[in-house]
Amino acid sequence: METILFYVLAVVTLISAACVVFLRRPLHNVLFMILTMIGLATLFILLHAEFLAMVQIIVYAGAVMVLFLFVIMLLNLEEISLPKEPRPLRWGFGVILALALVVVLFPIFSHFTPSVMGKAAPATGNVSNIELIGTELFTTYLLPFEIASILLLAAIIGTVVIGRKLKN
Amino acid sequence: MVTLEHYLVLSALLFSLGIVGVMFRRNLIVILMSLELMLNAVNLSFVAFSRYLGSIEGQIFVLFVMVVAAAEVAVGLAIAVAVFRQRGTININDISLLKW
Repeated sequence: METILFYVLAVVTLISAACVVFLRRPLHNVLFMILTMIGLATLFILLHAEFLAMVQIIVYAGAVMVLFLFVIMLLNLEEISLPKEPRPLRWGFGVILALALVVVLFPIFSHFTPSVMGKAAPATGNVSNIELIGTELFTTYLLPFEIASILLLAAIIGTVVIGRKLKN
Repeated sequence: MVTLEHYLVLSALLFSLGIVGVMFRRNLIVILMSLELMLNAVNLSFVAFSRYLGSIEGQIFVLFVMVVAAAEVAVGLAIAVAVFRQRGTININDISLLKW
């Protein structure tokens, strides 16, 4: 059951990720990106990371992708001429190059045979995922947590300053 | 049975798709989206390792990656809007002032 679920989710995620990269219209890219995020969130649930799955849906599918949509609507990219994409020949060259990169970058492919390798995941305990993350986050990783909030504050201020309309 | 290798292969494929997007699209917003795709691929392998090695640190790190990704998207899109106001385009071939 888990195996079937994994393969279905993996195929959906990969196909929608390919649509994000290869479709021409930015609006379609964003919608398929949302599908990719939801696929990843379900994969997180499959990995018993329920808290991260919820965060993934709320932050990525909810906030980040709405931000993308908002900017695309704001710039009205559908009507302004879409940027010229490279010729098919160059596309083919690029895809071949990327495949070569996959083989070089990720040694995992050179010895991957499904259903033979590896072992199953260890059983999870009774403690809930959220409790574990909360305990770690507010004890061991308290300083990085606070620094992250400062980073977010800096990003907010920076965004407002950059996005402000200049008067002259 | 789903092993760690399955997740790593899926993550590697997603990452490579993101690389293709960053290298061969000319639209600034799509490039930002491909960056998000790459970050998410890394997140997936973090969570898979966290599950199969039985430690929670991977998931903590994913939270921080998400924070950085959200900040990056907000600033990146603000820059895209500012560039569009200045130049009237977001085709990266036309925004090549700093390119040698």
